[in-house]
Amino acid sequence: MSFFTLTPIEIDALRLSLWVSFWAVAVSLPVGILTAWVLARLNFPGKSLLDSLIHLPLVLPPVVIGYLLLILFGTRHGIIGVWLYQTLGLIFAFNWKGAALASAVMAFPLLVRAVRLSLESVDRGLEAAARTLGAGPIRVFFTVTLPLVAPGVMAGMILAFARSLGEFGATITFVSNIQGETQTLPLLMYQLTQVSGGERGAMRLCIISVAIGVLALMVSEFQAKRFAARKEG
Amino acid sequence: MIDIHIKRLQGNFLVDAAFSFNDAGVTAVFGSSGAGKTSVIKMIAGLSRPDEGHVIVGERCLFDSRARIDLAPERRRIGYIFQEGRLFPHLSVKANLRFGMQLTPKNMRYVHFDEVVGLLGLEHLVDRRPAKLSGGEKQRVAIGRALLSSPSLMLMDEPLASLDDARKMEVMPFISRLSQRFSIPIIYVSHSLDEIFALADSLVVMDAGRAVAAGRLEDIVQRQGLQHLIGYVESGAMLTTRIESHSNAGELTLLRFAGGVLRVPRLDFSIGTTIRVRIKARNVALALVPPQQTSVQNILPGVVEKIFTGNGPLVDVHLDIGCPLSARITHSALKNLGLQPGIRVFTMIKSVSVSHTTMG
Repeated sequence: MSFFTLTPIEIDALRLSLWVSFWAVAVSLPVGILTAWVLARLNFPGKSLLDSLIHLPLVLPPVVIGYLLLILFGTRHGIIGVWLYQTLGLIFAFNWKGAALASAVMAFPLLVRAVRLSLESVDRGLEAAARTLGAGPIRVFFTVTLPLVAPGVMAGMILAFARSLGEFGATITFVSNIQGETQTLPLLMYQLTQVSGGERGAMRLCIISVAIGVLALMVSEFQAKRFAARKEG
Repeated sequence: MIDIHIKRLQGNFLVDAAFSFNDAGVTAVFGSSGAGKTSVIKMIAGLSRPDEGHVIVGERCLFDSRARIDLAPERRRIGYIFQEGRLFPHLSVKANLRFGMQLTPKNMRYVHFDEVVGLLGLEHLVDRRPAKLSGGEKQRVAIGRALLSSPSLMLMDEPLASLDDARKMEVMPFISRLSQRFSIPIIYVSHSLDEIFALADSLVVMDAGRAVAAGRLEDIVQRQGLQHLIGYVESGAMLTTRIESHSNAGELTLLRFAGGVLRVPRLDFSIGTTIRVRIKARNVALALVPPQQTSVQNILPGVVEKIFTGNGPLVDVHLDIGCPLSARITHSALKNLGLQPGIRVFTMIKSVSVSHTTMG
């Protein structure tokens, strides 16, 4: 068995990580864009409170977020968890959905921030022009605003995806470290470093993590260049 | 009929403007910067909300504070040309042009895509991105884009202000062609009298948030008491004429107007074309008897209507030659001729400047 052959457990962890991160980004994207829009465009009492709340995962220890999720989304006692289970049959405790939720919450501020900055730089005059041409506010959003913030949305998605892949503290606190269910790459890596003979596996996962990270950054750079070129020519 | 009365307090600046005009033609809104011109047309377009008043375009009421009518901008069918063009950078020129057209129901469209592209000379631009266009080209595309949404009124907010003189000359003919070809009313905001004289039929003068004068361009320019606003406009008259014939082996063109015929150096327009000419007061001389043996080509009889003596050595004499005309002469000439309202005179028009062509 060569150094580069992944064990079934490692393959499971890699697959789960990508799956969890994909869903974390996919589900938080519409919410993130809406939140960014609200923060960029509306003024209302409590706006700075909302802003702080969204940014909380950046400043709190991830364990705290995991613990809060446990309290709120626990299927037996969590306020939201019980409701979700009873109305939609959704369970977040100790499964991959919980891992995705933890990742989404942790990555959310990065996503919102990128989209919001992009929204704030959009020339509102273009939106006004679109209105005079007969487009209602929703159409203006989808045909003018969203295409103009696409680079920001893309950057936010890549950041959020990368952040999700690296999520550790909130995940392990909220959904524990269950192989095949919630054991993502960082969690497996942590486990491997705790046992003797796990060094080679940890190293392989380390190399994979670096490769994914570099790839994500390259894609984001490439996208940024493509958008810039499209705008000019 | 376009009838506008809007009032809005912005900070401590009160915009309170009322004016109305007939459907066709170009109405210029003139005033120094900060006079409230842009505020007014933004309210007409629905991009800002008046505190009270009404906006009526043709049969449609777009805003009425009393009847609680306030149509959203996208439902007003008003084309708006912004100073900076505001083309969508993420769309090609073609997609920009089609943006408003696609949102207009087919039975309300009065202009065809190819026709607009041809009229505005955009054939070679349609596949480009806005970033690759010159300033003049951008404004032409912006005009086309607004036109293709088949608006019932066009608003132009200093559309030429960001262009250099050469580009201005490039875009201006398209604007006058537009109002003629589609007989769509245009409100043209500008602080440039040159543009206004070249394009406008009517004029609204704004000062400190108020519309202080409104009417036909010829009449407003003549009106006393506006000089401090209109400023250095040399007083003079605006005549609407029609090309009657070309004579003298084509050296001269005869222009028929309400007061008779003017002879001007050959103009390359076909017979029957309506031409706006401007006669500056300093180019008009007066005589009590018919002048003979003179180089002046145009001598027309008239009656003195009013005499305006200012502070300087010159006076403006307003005359009726079948239409209004003014002459600028010295105080001593006034005294020597003994001019008074009602006296018959002969006006000698030394030169005529052609400023505008309208419907052929």
